[in-house]
Amino acid sequence: MTLDLIFFLILSLIAVATALGMLLSRNAVYSALFLVLNFVTVAVFYLLLGAPFIAMAQITVYAGAIMVLFLFVIMLLGAEALPATQVLPWQKYLAGGLAAVLAVEATFIFLTRARPAGEITPPDASINTITNIRELGDMLFTKYLLPFEVTSILLLVAMVGAIVLIRKEKRVH
Amino acid sequence: MVPISYYIILSAILFTIGALGVLVRRNALIIFMSVELMLNAANLAFVAFSRAREIANGKPLFDGQIFVFFVIAVAAAEVAVGLALIVEIFKSKRSIDVDQISSLKG
Repeated sequence: MTLDLIFFLILSLIAVATALGMLLSRNAVYSALFLVLNFVTVAVFYLLLGAPFIAMAQITVYAGAIMVLFLFVIMLLGAEALPATQVLPWQKYLAGGLAAVLAVEATFIFLTRARPAGEITPPDASINTITNIRELGDMLFTKYLLPFEVTSILLLVAMVGAIVLIRKEKRVH
Repeated sequence: MVPISYYIILSAILFTIGALGVLVRRNALIIFMSVELMLNAANLAFVAFSRAREIANGKPLFDGQIFVFFVIAVAAAEVAVGLALIVEIFKSKRSIDVDQISSLKG
């Protein structure tokens, strides 16, 4: 059992535990904080997989911006906990069963169809990550220029949409 | 040395937990967070496959990472609009319980 594998197992344990914590917390604020921890753990996975830029983007965008927005809205609405009313009592058990089926099926299909063979080694410590990021940026502005521009328009539309939704409507009658 | 299948299995487990959250929880905000978790699981699979191809080819490859970058940007856009919608629903219904949001007309 190598050090890599031990690292991986500990990190995946944390990732699954925080995801379950997010799922099971009664209080939405705890859910959000568990999810932040999960995102940070996944960022460490990205570092192990040799993707430092994505790891930093994950922390700044997901754990930083998105989750702060979530926490802000939770506290703004005062929606920490909902009253416990159960409309469909059997729904929970059905969902649990279906999720178990999904997990088994997805794992089976991934392992038989995608055939992920081989082992993942962490990137060589001597590799300069700055050149890696430079190459990634080069590719983003050459091969993937069109998707990049489309994404910028998408972000603009989302920003305008959010403002339009939140803005107080002037009643015209 | 971690077999790549371990990463894929972890990704499948995280995705399933996210799907379970969407099915079970009734708080619209937590359903939203579960969707984020599912996106994250898919991203993890992307980067793991990217790294595996990198090792197989022997030179750095960035296509998978760039896809993840786009997914993160789209998720940010989605959260901005979605949270605006949730705030707006809360203003008119005084609740974000998805069981109570059953009418199309506010």
